[in-house]
Amino acid sequence: MSTVPYDHHHEAAGHAAHGHGHAPSFLKTYVFSLDHKIIGLQFLFSTLIWFVVGGMLALGVRWQLAWPWSPMPILGNLVGHAEGGQIPPETYTMLVTMHATVMIFFVIIPVLAGAFGNFLIPLMIGADDMAFPTLNMLSYWFMWPAFIVIGASFFVEGGAAQSGWTSYPPLSALFTAAPGSGTGQTLWLIGVTFVGVSSMMGSVNYMTTIIQMRAPGMTMFRLPMTIWGMFITATLQAFALPVLTAAGFMQVTDRLLGTGFFLSDGATANNALAQAGGGQPLLWQHLFWFYSHPAVYIMILPAMGMVSDILSCFSRKPLFGYKPMVYSIGGIAGLGFIVWGHHMFVSGMNPALGLTFMVSTMMIALPSAIKTFNWLGTMWGGKIQFTTPMLFSIAFVSMFIIGGLSGIFMAATPVDIFIHDTYYIVAHFHYVLFTGTAMAVLGAIYFWFPKMFGRMMNDQWGKIHFLLTFILMNCVFFPMHILGMRGFPRRLADPYHYDTFRDLMPLNQFMSWCAFLLVGVQIIFVINFFWSIFFGPRAGRNPWHANGLEWQAPSPPGHGNFDFQPVIYRGPYEYGSPEVDVDYYPQTQPPTGREVPAAKH
Amino acid sequence: MSTTATLPSATAKRTPVVAHHFDDWDQQYDACVLGMWTFLVTEVMFFGGAIGVYMIYRWQYPMAFAHASNELDVWLGTFNTFILLTSSLTVALGVRYAHTGESRKVGWMLIGTIFLGAIFLGIKAYEYYTKFHHNIAPLLDLPFDWGGADPGPTKIFFGLYFGMTGIHALHMIIGVVLMAMFIPAAFRNEYRDGNSLGVEVIGLYWHFVDLVWIFLFPLLYLVDRAITAPPAL
Repeated sequence: MSTVPYDHHHEAAGHAAHGHGHAPSFLKTYVFSLDHKIIGLQFLFSTLIWFVVGGMLALGVRWQLAWPWSPMPILGNLVGHAEGGQIPPETYTMLVTMHATVMIFFVIIPVLAGAFGNFLIPLMIGADDMAFPTLNMLSYWFMWPAFIVIGASFFVEGGAAQSGWTSYPPLSALFTAAPGSGTGQTLWLIGVTFVGVSSMMGSVNYMTTIIQMRAPGMTMFRLPMTIWGMFITATLQAFALPVLTAAGFMQVTDRLLGTGFFLSDGATANNALAQAGGGQPLLWQHLFWFYSHPAVYIMILPAMGMVSDILSCFSRKPLFGYKPMVYSIGGIAGLGFIVWGHHMFVSGMNPALGLTFMVSTMMIALPSAIKTFNWLGTMWGGKIQFTTPMLFSIAFVSMFIIGGLSGIFMAATPVDIFIHDTYYIVAHFHYVLFTGTAMAVLGAIYFWFPKMFGRMMNDQWGKIHFLLTFILMNCVFFPMHILGMRGFPRRLADPYHYDTFRDLMPLNQFMSWCAFLLVGVQIIFVINFFWSIFFGPRAGRNPWHANGLEWQAPSPPGHGNFDFQPVIYRGPYEYGSPEVDVDYYPQTQPPTGREVPAAKH
Repeated sequence: MSTTATLPSATAKRTPVVAHHFDDWDQQYDACVLGMWTFLVTEVMFFGGAIGVYMIYRWQYPMAFAHASNELDVWLGTFNTFILLTSSLTVALGVRYAHTGESRKVGWMLIGTIFLGAIFLGIKAYEYYTKFHHNIAPLLDLPFDWGGADPGPTKIFFGLYFGMTGIHALHMIIGVVLMAMFIPAAFRNEYRDGNSLGVEVIGLYWHFVDLVWIFLFPLLYLVDRAITAPPAL
C-alpha cells in the first residue's frame, strides 16, 4: 500500500478524538464537534432514537386497525389524550401524521444524508473534512429545534398535527378544523422549516465538498456510487427544498397573520370556515409535491448508492455498468422534478396534464430498471459472500423491485383513481422506504460499523436479525396490497364501520402481530450494536477486503482521517483484477505494472 | 492534507491562512466561492417558489393585481432601485480594491454600500408605514380596507408584496451586518495582500440581493401602470 509519510502529529489508529496539538474538551469533541465523523455519528444516534419513536407511533396505528377501540396497553396512555388507553379518532389521525413526519423528516432523510453522508463523503473522496465544518455542525444543531418543537407538539392542547404529513389546507390552515390544527400544526410547520434549513446547509456542504475536496487522482468517474448518490441527492435537496420552505412560510402566515394564500372564499373543513379568501388549496399541493416528490428520491438515491458498493464488494466483482448507474441516478433525479402531479390525480387536474404526469412518471421505470438489472449483473457469476450487509443489500434489491412495480401501477391515472388513498399506496411506499431504504440503512450500518467504531458487529446475530426482519416485514407490508385492492382506506380510524371491510379484520390482526414482532426483533440489532461498540472483535483497516478509499484509513479514522496522503489510481470496483494476486485492488495501490493478457471477445 | 500549504509562496505577498482541512489556498478559495454560489441557487429556488405563487395568482386575477399594484408608490420604488444598483457598484469596487490590495478603500466601499443599503431599508420602512396607515396591510388581523373590487385577490397581492419584499429586506439586513463585520479588518489593512475571499463572497451575496430586487420591482410595482378603469371583459 502506498503510504507517503504524512507530517501530522497523530498516530495511525484509534484516536477519534484527536485534535491538533491539544486535547479538546469532551464538550468540543463529542457535542459541539466540527469533525464530520462525530457529526455523522450524532446524526446516526439521533435518527435511530427517532426511529424508535416513529415505530411506536406505527404500533399505535396497527393496534387500532387490528383491535379497534380496545384499550391499548402501555402505549395507549403514552400517545396522549387517549382515555383509558383507548385511541380516539383524532389521536389516530395524529398517530398516522406523526409516524410519517418522524420517519421522513427525522429518520430517513437525516440518516442517509446526515449520518452516512457526513461520515462517508470525506472518507470516500480522500478529504480531511467537509469544506465547511462549522456549517456542518450547524446543520446538525438546527435539527434540535425541530426535535424540540415536534416533540413538544405532542403535549400542547389538541395534540400534535393531524392533517397528514402532507399538511393539506384547509384542514391544516384553519385553527379549528381539527384538534391538532391548532398549536400542534404551527409547531409542525416550524419544525419542518428547521429541518429544511438543516438540509439546505448540509446539501451546500456536500456539493462543495464533493466538487472541490477530492484527493489527487479521484476524478468524478472514480467516485463510489455512494458518493454519486449523495451528490445527486444534495442537488435535489438544494433545488427542491427551498420551494417547500417558501410555501411553508406562506402557510404559517395564512395561519398566524391572516393572509389567504391557500384558503379560498368559504372553504370549510370540519365546520371551520375560512375567513380570508381568494387563494387556492390546490396551490399548496403543487408546491408541497414539487419538493416532496424529489424528496422521495432523496430518501432512496443514497441507499441505492450504498447498496451498489456493498453488492460489488461481496460479489467480488466490478460493479456492472458503472457509468449507466451514474447516469440513471441523474435520470431519476431529473425526472423526479417533473412528476409531482402524480400525487394529485384525484385532486382535480386537467386530464391532459394528468397524462403528461403519468407518462413522465412511467419513464422513471427506465433508469430504475437499468439500476436493478445492473445490480443483478453485478451479482451474476460473482463469488458471493453472504455476509449480513450483503443479505440486507440483496433484500433491498428484491424489495425495491416489488415497490417499484407497484409504483408503475399507481402512476397510471385510471388505476390510481381506484387505489388512491387506499392501503395499496401504503404498501407501495413502505416497500420502497421500509423494506427498501431501511434495509439498505441496516446493511450500511453492518458494513461501515467497523470503520465507525473500529470493531465488527456479530455476523451470526446479524443474520438472525436479517432473517426475522425480512420475513416479518413482508408479513406486515405485503398484505397491504391485498387490503388496498379491496379499497381499504388509508386514514380512517375505524374502516370496519363499513360492512364491506369487516372480513379484513383477521388479516389486519395478523399484520399487527407481525408488526409488533418486527419491532421486537430489532432488539437483537440494538444489543448487537451496543455490545459490538465495546466488545466486538477489532476490525483493522479493511475487514471486508474492499477497494474504497475509506478502508485505507485507520478504523476509526483519527482527526484529519488519513495518516498518509491518498493518491487515487483507479475506480473503487476493481475486484478480481488480474493485475494483483488478491481479489481486490484498492484505489490507493499504485499500479503493479503486471502484463495482463487482452480480453478475448 | 498536503504539506505544501505551509511552504512560503513565491511572491512577496503574505499567504493567507489556510484552514487545516484544505490542501492549499486555491482549494479554499474555490470551495468558499462555490459554497456561496450553491447557497444562492437554493435562494433562487426559495424566491422562485414565491414568484411561482405570484404567477399563478396574477394569471388568475390580472385586474385585481393591476389595481393593487397601482397602490404602490412607483417613484419610491424606482428611487430604491437606483439606490440598490448604486450599492452594487460600490460593493463591486470594494471587491476590486480587495484584489488590488487597497485595503482602506475596501473599508470605504463597504461603508458606502451599507449606507446605501440603509437608505433603501429606510425608504422601504416608510412604504410599509404608509400601507399600514391606509389599512392595506393584510397582517396580524389588522383591518383590511379595500374599496375596490376583489378584496380577496388584492389581499393576496399585498400578502405577496409584504412577504417577498420583507424577506428581501431581511436578506439586506443580514448582508449589512455581514459587511459591517469586514470593515475593521479592512481598516487594519488586512486586504493589502490581495486576500479578497471574504469580500468577494459577501459581494456575491449582495449582488444576488440586488438581483432579487430587479425581479421584485417590475413584478410588484410596474403591473399595468396605464390602467384607469378595468376594461370590460
